[in-house]
Amino acid sequence: MIEIVIEDRCTGCGDCVDACPSDVLEVDARGKARIARQADCQTCLLCELHCPTDALFVWPDYEAPVGITAEQALASGQLGAFRRDSGWGEHAATHSNQHWRMGSIFERARLQAIEIAARKSVQAEETVR
Amino acid sequence: MSETLSTDVLVIGGGLAGTWAAIAAAREGAEVVLADKGHCGTSGVTATAGPGHWWVPPEGREGAVVDRLKRSLGLGDPDWMRRILDLTWTSLPTLRGYYDFSTDDEGRPFYRGLRGPEYMRAMRNLALAQGVRILDHHPALELLRHGDGSISGAAGLALRGELPWTIRAGAVVLATGGCAFASRLLGSATNTGDGLLMGVEAGADLSGMEFTNYYTPAMAGTNMARSMAYSFARWFDADDRELDIPNGPDVTPHLARALMAGPLFCRLDRVPEDIRRVMPQVQPNFVLPFDRKGIDAYRDRFEVTLHAEGTVRGIGGLRVVDQACQTQVPGLFAAGDAASRELVTGAISGGGAVNSSWALSSGQWAGAGAARVALGQGARADALVVATGRAGLRPSLAERPVDLRAAVQTVRDELNDYERNIFRRGPALAASGERLDEVWTELATHARGKGRMSLRTREAAALVAAGRWSKAAALARVESRGMHRREDATGLDSRFAARQRARGLNAVWTAFEPTVAQAEVA
Repeated sequence: MIEIVIEDRCTGCGDCVDACPSDVLEVDARGKARIARQADCQTCLLCELHCPTDALFVWPDYEAPVGITAEQALASGQLGAFRRDSGWGEHAATHSNQHWRMGSIFERARLQAIEIAARKSVQAEETVR
Repeated sequence: MSETLSTDVLVIGGGLAGTWAAIAAAREGAEVVLADKGHCGTSGVTATAGPGHWWVPPEGREGAVVDRLKRSLGLGDPDWMRRILDLTWTSLPTLRGYYDFSTDDEGRPFYRGLRGPEYMRAMRNLALAQGVRILDHHPALELLRHGDGSISGAAGLALRGELPWTIRAGAVVLATGGCAFASRLLGSATNTGDGLLMGVEAGADLSGMEFTNYYTPAMAGTNMARSMAYSFARWFDADDRELDIPNGPDVTPHLARALMAGPLFCRLDRVPEDIRRVMPQVQPNFVLPFDRKGIDAYRDRFEVTLHAEGTVRGIGGLRVVDQACQTQVPGLFAAGDAASRELVTGAISGGGAVNSSWALSSGQWAGAGAARVALGQGARADALVVATGRAGLRPSLAERPVDLRAAVQTVRDELNDYERNIFRRGPALAASGERLDEVWTELATHARGKGRMSLRTREAAALVAAGRWSKAAALARVESRGMHRREDATGLDSRFAARQRARGLNAVWTAFEPTVAQAEVA
């Protein structure tokens, strides 16, 4: 669930407000993003991805907020991690999109499962003897 | 104060199918408005995922169709399979310039799979470039129809300012996504079955609603249903005893049984080192819950749950009656997960790939078909129209507060529960149906919300309605076929080798199609 907006980082651009599929955020009178309807947050993390200044922090639990403070969020080293790993903005040159590997990763898993099943069947055979 | 527009084509829903529909309609020369409940670009289950597509070179197609048809267990249609294979192959390369396609290790462009956030960003930008007018945070609440029964537009609510809107259109595409039955599946919070309810109220019917029991694992307490890494998983009980659960397509019932017995844990220590290193750039969101909670995903044991996918990776939805994906209501089209995917998946899940190809294809057919209808007859914007919405909008008796939270919880209890929804039995299905009927009656008789609460009220009604159709269809299919598993009727029964329709609001109705209408297995 969305936990906190780091006000020092927020420029009030409104990108997160627009991007939120559940309409959780607003820009307040002071020109900062504000969590207006926290209970509606679906923990999709896409506000973080769309925030160019890494000012938002989402905690992975969906059920209820856990009360992360700005200090905790800053200390986590996780602000902007989603945007960085996705190679958005200034990270484009260093973090390429490797989604295309999914097919071969699934294939590796399938082969591993076959190999494990074969090994198990040999072990079972030996146990019977 | 309210917002009133007139257009040729109105697309409701801005996910994968809705954006493809809007683009196709615009390419036909139609004026197009796309209204999304959330934000076109982040709404829906594609934006948080990484869909592959059913991507088969021409020389491999016939083999792929024969294989899929066999696994569809009598409910698929080879012509529709061929159609989506063709259109997927020609459509994805047209996203060049909007999506930065990767090249594989041999330098070839890789079109088959696209990462969700970037895919949906590309689709939004392409729609805008085609002149589509996008209205974000504009949930539709009901369809409007002419006196002759044909569709004339929709009405809804603009969340900013909580202003009602009315859009008159010559044709409407419902692309509202599947119904996840309020489970915590990643990206599915807005997928509450709205289009199914709106469509049935307007006279459409459904098909395949019994196929609603696909589940995906995630770390307990989180919604992170990116499941690729779990294909390497080892599973453990609360005493840390390893469970004999082989990974593969049939893993769900094993995991569900383990969860019914107690907490279930996982180790991902079999994920190879090289895959661990690239994982953040393959699925950036998968690693975040682990990193934030200080869990070493590939060494530590962690607790897992299973999230219900409802009709998302299930199958059922609005029944289309022609090649343009029109429903039986003139001028009303259905696309993507809002439509039944039985034609291309049969009784087994389309997973990500076939479903994405269906969204891409049905979206374009529906959009183009809607454009042809609209351009042929115009919006008829001055004609008197009938508002079709009932439950949650226009209570049949005195308005009074209805506990929406309890209504949604009932849907979760009946539709997500492993025992009730995976290991199905007649008496339990009937009991679920009765509980949902009670909630439905209360909602339809008394519920009405104002402003934002009108959306919440309609969502609750749609969830309950979809749950009732699912239970009724599952009860009537007294056999096990594909994902639909009846503990009291195991195995295929040839009498049920047919698709099943559902509709009805106050009373739910289901019926099997005559088997002669089904495609012969090639």
